[in-house]
Amino acid sequence: MGTVAQLREIAPGFLKREDKGRLSTGIPAMDQLTSGGIARGTLTEICGPVSSGRTSFLLALLGAATRQGECCAWIDGAGSFDPQSAFDAGADLDRILWVNCSGNTEHALKAVDLLTQGGGFGLVVLDLADAPERDLRRISMASWFRLRHAAERTGAALVVAETAIHARSCSSLQIEMKRKRPVWTGKLLHGMETEAESRKHYRSQTAEFTALACLACKEVG
Amino acid sequence: MYACLHAPGNLPLLLECARFFSPHIEEIDEDTVVFDVRGLASLFGPPEQLAEAMERRVGVAANIAIAANPDAAIHAAHGRRGVTVIAPGREEDALARLPVNLLCASAGTAELLELWGIRTFGEFAKLPPLGVAARLGEEGVRLQRLARGDGGRQLRPIEDPLQFEEAMELEYPVDLLEPLSFILSRLLNEVCRRLGARSLATNEIRLLLTLEKAPEHAVMVRLPVPMLDPAGFLKMLQLELSGHPPAAPVLKAKLAAEPVKPRRTQQGLFVAMSPEPEKLELTISRLRHLTGPDKVGAVAIVDTHRPDSFAMRAFAPGVGTCQGVGAPARLSLRRYRPAKYAQVVLERERPARISSPVVNGAIAVAKGPWRSSGDWWSAEPWNRDEWDVEATHGGLYRLYHELDSRRWFVEGSYD
Repeated sequence: MGTVAQLREIAPGFLKREDKGRLSTGIPAMDQLTSGGIARGTLTEICGPVSSGRTSFLLALLGAATRQGECCAWIDGAGSFDPQSAFDAGADLDRILWVNCSGNTEHALKAVDLLTQGGGFGLVVLDLADAPERDLRRISMASWFRLRHAAERTGAALVVAETAIHARSCSSLQIEMKRKRPVWTGKLLHGMETEAESRKHYRSQTAEFTALACLACKEVG
Repeated sequence: MYACLHAPGNLPLLLECARFFSPHIEEIDEDTVVFDVRGLASLFGPPEQLAEAMERRVGVAANIAIAANPDAAIHAAHGRRGVTVIAPGREEDALARLPVNLLCASAGTAELLELWGIRTFGEFAKLPPLGVAARLGEEGVRLQRLARGDGGRQLRPIEDPLQFEEAMELEYPVDLLEPLSFILSRLLNEVCRRLGARSLATNEIRLLLTLEKAPEHAVMVRLPVPMLDPAGFLKMLQLELSGHPPAAPVLKAKLAAEPVKPRRTQQGLFVAMSPEPEKLELTISRLRHLTGPDKVGAVAIVDTHRPDSFAMRAFAPGVGTCQGVGAPARLSLRRYRPAKYAQVVLERERPARISSPVVNGAIAVAKGPWRSSGDWWSAEPWNRDEWDVEATHGGLYRLYHELDSRRWFVEGSYD
């Protein structure tokens, strides 16, 4: 009998994680992919290249969370957060704490550590999508484990956006986003079709959704 | 029970001692205070132990008296040295030997008592009340009741002005934050203790540091919610001072707190969790110290068409309410701040190739231009053409061409 099986026999609850509920992503296809939404008290990684729909997905998640009355934090590694996009995604800007780290990945990690350790936030987004790969590789597993432990303890859903997976065993869910094609309508960028693949699931699953451009807002500019 | 402290020339010490035991203090004269000590038995034990605690606290040689009414305590403290504890009902016996001049009678009454040969409280108390009333009138009746230890008046507590300030002058200039923190901690503890004694909190702490051969250094900590946490205030002041240190060694520290009513909230059982405001404020202070003062907070969209216009506000989320779900996924922009300068090659007046720090190479699709302009009446006008482009590697970007400077920039990527 293997070690894990022995542990299960000795302490049945040892490997079971307490289910603290889920945060709906606001996108039905993604809710289905993630079995009802992003689990609270866990670390989730969203990865993908430029224009793969990571930010659209995260802002949809942010909008859904703030509409449910949650306090959210957006730790912005590169200072690329667009308030107008968040507003268009239905987010209540009064319930979002924006921490602009202006490209300093180390500050972003310290900020997310402070916020997750403090508790009280339903969703904490760590946006490292524009962070240099060499900076991300320097983040130790101990740091990721500390963040995962803080999320477990405080019940916050901690979501990290990157270009590739880095937290590995510390993240309970990894979603890889792939761009499919932009949707053009005449002179307008109408939206973008995205494919999301859930990794680290008992079986790999995929979902597709289309992020639509907020045309009314664009035409005003 | 009431306690009286009498020590010539030490009124500040007497008041400080009295404030430690009671908020209801009456200042009798420049050497005497009397205060209410009812209900302190559970904290200090019987009156004798309470008197010992006062003796230790006052720090100077003082007459201390505890009695059932303020007048008996005052007369005992004026007339007897050391500690006097008068049990309820025993006032007449305890005060009997005191000289009658302690009653502070008017000149005429004092002369009559002198002529009658009345020297002590006890002798005056034994006179027939009807005879005293007939010969000395209303004043005589009142004085005889006092001589019997039968004072029935209410305490007239002094009203502290609602100024919560503490200051400390230093013996030598302090130029390091750590020793200064000890001083600030003491000042904050005292201010918070005084606020707490009045069931108040504060939402603004002002610190004024007098410096050696330099202008005064002021630090202000504003809080979105009233708090009464000296440790939290100290941490916020430390973060402020380490971010903006004084220009010269500190000679004097003066701390003031704005008194406000404390926050009282009743959370609902089904309301989403939110950070504790007190803890959140400290966390935000730490984040500001880490990233910069204008980099942390809630963002608000400004009513203008100028691209990337927003304002930073204090983050105060309040109680969350569920507004339901909905709203389809929206295509979002990731902004480059500042926008990246680009070199763009045009073909048939459309971007065909781009060279910039974030995207290089051929452009597969370019849609535009979307012209916008504004603020031409101000010093910072904007006038530009926007393009949405798809690079050959698949990335979607927003470019804009500044019409006045004829320069191209990458504003952000769609993601």
